[in-house]
Amino acid sequence: MKKKDFGFKTIFILPIVIYTLVLIVLPIIYVLFLSFCTSDSYGGINYQFTIDNYINIFDITYIKMFVKSALIALVTTFICLLISYPFALILRRKSESVKNLATKLIMVPFLTNSLIRTYGWIILLRKNGVINNVLTGAGLIEFPLNLMYNKVGIIIGMVYTLLPFMLLPVCSAVFELDKNVIEAAKDLGAKPLQIFKNIILPQTISGAFNGSLMVFIPSIGYFFIADILGGGKTMIIGNLIKNQFLTARNWPFGSAISIFLIIITFALVKVYKRLGGKIEDLGGL
Amino acid sequence: MKNRPINNLFIFLVFIFLYLPIIVLVVYSFNSSSMNILFENFTFKWYEEIFNNKELIESFLNTLMVAGISTVVSTILGTMAAYGLYKYNFPFKNLLNSLIYIPIVIPEIVLGISLLSIYTLMRLELGLHTIIISHIAFSIPFVIVSVRSALTRETITYEEAAKDLGASNFKIFKDIIIPIILPGIVSGATLAFTLSLDDVVISYFTAGPGSNTLPLYIYSMIKTGITPDVNALTTIMLLIVFIILTTIAIIQTRKIRKEAI
Repeated sequence: MKKKDFGFKTIFILPIVIYTLVLIVLPIIYVLFLSFCTSDSYGGINYQFTIDNYINIFDITYIKMFVKSALIALVTTFICLLISYPFALILRRKSESVKNLATKLIMVPFLTNSLIRTYGWIILLRKNGVINNVLTGAGLIEFPLNLMYNKVGIIIGMVYTLLPFMLLPVCSAVFELDKNVIEAAKDLGAKPLQIFKNIILPQTISGAFNGSLMVFIPSIGYFFIADILGGGKTMIIGNLIKNQFLTARNWPFGSAISIFLIIITFALVKVYKRLGGKIEDLGGL
Repeated sequence: MKNRPINNLFIFLVFIFLYLPIIVLVVYSFNSSSMNILFENFTFKWYEEIFNNKELIESFLNTLMVAGISTVVSTILGTMAAYGLYKYNFPFKNLLNSLIYIPIVIPEIVLGISLLSIYTLMRLELGLHTIIISHIAFSIPFVIVSVRSALTRETITYEEAAKDLGASNFKIFKDIIIPIILPGIVSGATLAFTLSLDDVVISYFTAGPGSNTLPLYIYSMIKTGITPDVNALTTIMLLIVFIILTTIAIIQTRKIRKEAI
């Protein structure tokens, strides 16, 4: 390689190598290191090796919280899937320009901060909020429903915030389906459910899993939704990590939970790859 | 699925769901009551109120600055990285390729606390600059993904042709590669800007005392109740976004029409 070419290569490669090392690898290794340290009662860190932080994770109170958090995340993911498939299948038959407009409109709400939109849900969901007022005003219900400060509120907030991350990959997978194969199946007398189960689902499974990853994983950590719409009564893993770092100041324990989450994430990505998903499709919004 | 009205209704309802909280915020920005509960009278006073709320203005400007700087930096670095990774081979390239995706897949909260930990280790004081660095950190992978999808096999052909004709590396990058990948760069930059404006979790952990951005300001008010000037500001932001989007759409349709002729 010519000397000039080498300089050019360095300009293009070196920044990303430094970025990866300093802002991705080093922070995670440091968190891994912290997770084996002990914390003193003043919130400081003692560099004394221990595996207690990992043993503490398996305390029954935390296990219960993890299960609750995972269930909320699973229900959220499932609801997002239930909305995204019909949405994509209907949109598939529309013209290119309608599809383009629709996918753009999905992203627009993101340009206002997600906390502001969560606040919008408070106005809608609370006891004297818009939805309850409309429903009681129309005589459909006698007493206002408890739509927030409980798990219902958290799930509404999670589905709302994360739905775009499911809609977009499912749409792009469904739009790529071969029209002829579906037509052929129809001509051969396949029922809609059969077509969905035997043709549509297998061919779009990596898109669906892509969306599921992008919904399930963040929903474990979105502490602000659990805080605001759950009224602080339901703690998810995100709240636990936040508390360990900012209020309880037990960084080593918070780090151990974080490493635990990273391991779960990597395991899920492995499954996604097994299903034929490409890692570079994950950020393709 | 057949083109039945009920199908169109479903699409419509999904969009209603996506826009409902925003519509509510906009409607209540014109409400004379400060409680965001009952709609009393129509008023513009909250729009005037924005200018009296120094903290709100400051946090809004900070948010724009964070989003602006992090978008520019992550777009430049991400574009260069995507091209470098596509063109060159070097030791541990595959490893680097998979490490880059970590910020996309791991929970934001984990990225947030790990960046916080590393800033503390480096004795870096927390402030707006740490928020900016963190936003750059999570935006770069998204830019790389966008730009990479625009780098196809045809690019290699063009590049080799230009090289045979004696073009320098820099000239090839500037005159051939950039125009080809421009759509990828634009969508990457848009994504970086959007994610930065939307972010709550990363900012929450990497902000220092006194470095107020919009989500942090709102978070501090949400339990006591948010004043409608926040609604008014959101409405203005949305208006600007829609004006920009419509302008882009108009320009694009004109371009397509011109090309068709």
